[in-house]
Amino acid sequence: MDTAVYNHAGAATPPSWGRVRRSRYFADRALKIISTLFTVLGAFVLGWILLMLLVEGIGGLSPAVFTETTPGPGTEGGGIANAIVGSLILTLLGILVATPIGVLAGTYLAEYGKTSKLAAVIRFVNDILLAAPSILIGLFVYMLMVEPMGGYSGWAGGIALAIIAVPVIVRSTEDMLRLVPGSLREAGAALGAPMSTVIVKISWKAARAGMVTGVILATARIAGETAPLLFTALNNNFWFSPNLMGGVSNLPVTIYQFALAPYQNWRELAWAGALIITLSILALSIVARLLLKKDQVR
Amino acid sequence: MAVVSDKVNVSNMQAVRRRTFPAFDQGFRWASYGSALIVLSVLAGIIGTMVYGGWPAFREFGFGFITSSAWNVGKDEYGAWVAVSGTVTSALIALVIGVPISIGIAIFLTQLCPPWLRRPVSTVIELLAAVPSIIYGMWGLFVFAPLFAKYVQVPLTSIVEGMPILGTILYARVPSGVGMMTAGIILAIMIIPFIASITRDILDQIPTVLRESAYGIGCTTWEVVRYVLLPQAGVSIIGAVMLGLGRALGETMAVTFVIGNANRLSLSLFDPSSTIASRIANEFNEASGMQMNALLALGCILFVVTFIVLALARLLISRVKTH
Repeated sequence: MDTAVYNHAGAATPPSWGRVRRSRYFADRALKIISTLFTVLGAFVLGWILLMLLVEGIGGLSPAVFTETTPGPGTEGGGIANAIVGSLILTLLGILVATPIGVLAGTYLAEYGKTSKLAAVIRFVNDILLAAPSILIGLFVYMLMVEPMGGYSGWAGGIALAIIAVPVIVRSTEDMLRLVPGSLREAGAALGAPMSTVIVKISWKAARAGMVTGVILATARIAGETAPLLFTALNNNFWFSPNLMGGVSNLPVTIYQFALAPYQNWRELAWAGALIITLSILALSIVARLLLKKDQVR
Repeated sequence: MAVVSDKVNVSNMQAVRRRTFPAFDQGFRWASYGSALIVLSVLAGIIGTMVYGGWPAFREFGFGFITSSAWNVGKDEYGAWVAVSGTVTSALIALVIGVPISIGIAIFLTQLCPPWLRRPVSTVIELLAAVPSIIYGMWGLFVFAPLFAKYVQVPLTSIVEGMPILGTILYARVPSGVGMMTAGIILAIMIIPFIASITRDILDQIPTVLRESAYGIGCTTWEVVRYVLLPQAGVSIIGAVMLGLGRALGETMAVTFVIGNANRLSLSLFDPSSTIASRIANEFNEASGMQMNALLALGCILFVVTFIVLALARLLISRVKTH
């Protein structure tokens, strides 16, 4: 392998003493300029999107946005309070269901399963779920819960979000637990601690910052998910019932429906909602990153 | 004194542990095992649901379901071809645009970027992945599409009009900015952060010695990238690309906003079309009977395709990691 690469490099650069050949110089320049430009382009698009949200969204922000419910068709004014609260509840529900399952499954992979065949299969399946189309998860939960239960519900929405969050948490938990040195575990085991104690008191403690980061990233991931909620939590213009049955209004689906609507106030609310949701998600992602960085420095 | 009391404490604690921990220890082990199995059963459940729900459509239309481009709710006739080809075409456009940009970004981050700038730039690129897909949809529809129509579609259409092949592929009957090409471009932006950050990690894993020895014999950056880094990274970059492809195939909301949701086969990349995901998002809530089964069958096809692509991606990426 190494010699092959060496030959490649050797063949590509015949000894040419003195000045660098022009073609080599230009190829090099072109690569540097193009890759820098591409990076600038990526940053530019992010900036453009944020700018668009600020320009369009700030005008729509008013106290009513946070206090009033979503208006019906043709109704003036209104806010998105029910959608914001509904989104918070659904996201919270999803993360509450996903965290124990994800953390325990990640623990299984890192501490119990390790190199076993089952662990390899679960790792593989988890990676597939991590990138699986979220709309299919919506369909799955529809068939699993909405149809048997006879209607849309916040519970179905929460479960759909949990299914998206679990693989994220499994992955980060396993990765973080693997970074914990084996000698720490051995020290615990040598004191006579049973495996569960070693895991809870030593491995989890050592990997805590990373695991929390994983959960925050999973929250950021599901907070903006729209597709899985279309067929599960649905959406409406009212405050949802306390038992979360019969559809729960939520921000992503509200934005989807309002942005494409012919009413001016609906569109303004959609932009306000888009601004709120994007800033919250970006803030969560940045907090997660800072948390991990602080831990690494320590 | 202190030592003695410590000893007493320790033995006390051990006594307590012996009494209470075996049950907890076993329970904890089973709980983690059970959670791991839940992950497995979710995937099995998704496959099962799609096959179960889509079966009536597959049985009714047979293999022709995939090749037929009919989608007529009134006549109860369904075929997947328009959605399938739309899904594949939009994802391929995304790859053609997104892959060079992603690799360029990865090269910038690993080879050219000054160290102090690396972290912020990485973060910015990764934040592109955190933006919800519905926001990309709104940006695509309200900001990008009008500009695209005005500055690309209209001039391009007038140039290619009447040309043999380009005149068909790049002809915009209604230059609204909405359509297959716009969907592909938005998808490209959405998969860039995934491909770029994996490629960056792959390039980072290549031993510095290789790079430095190439520079040492007088290679330029281009030569180092072309003859040392890319051959070394090899198939795992293809793995990263496959992962991006998997994302692009299943992306729903952004595509639903910008693809135009038309149900007809068109050779022009500027015409509205639809993908599997966008069709499910548009129709599922109002569907019943055979239409619902057909939509679930579409979901089944999408699942099988993404599964194969993602499995390949994982295979290609992990092979390099281990060696």
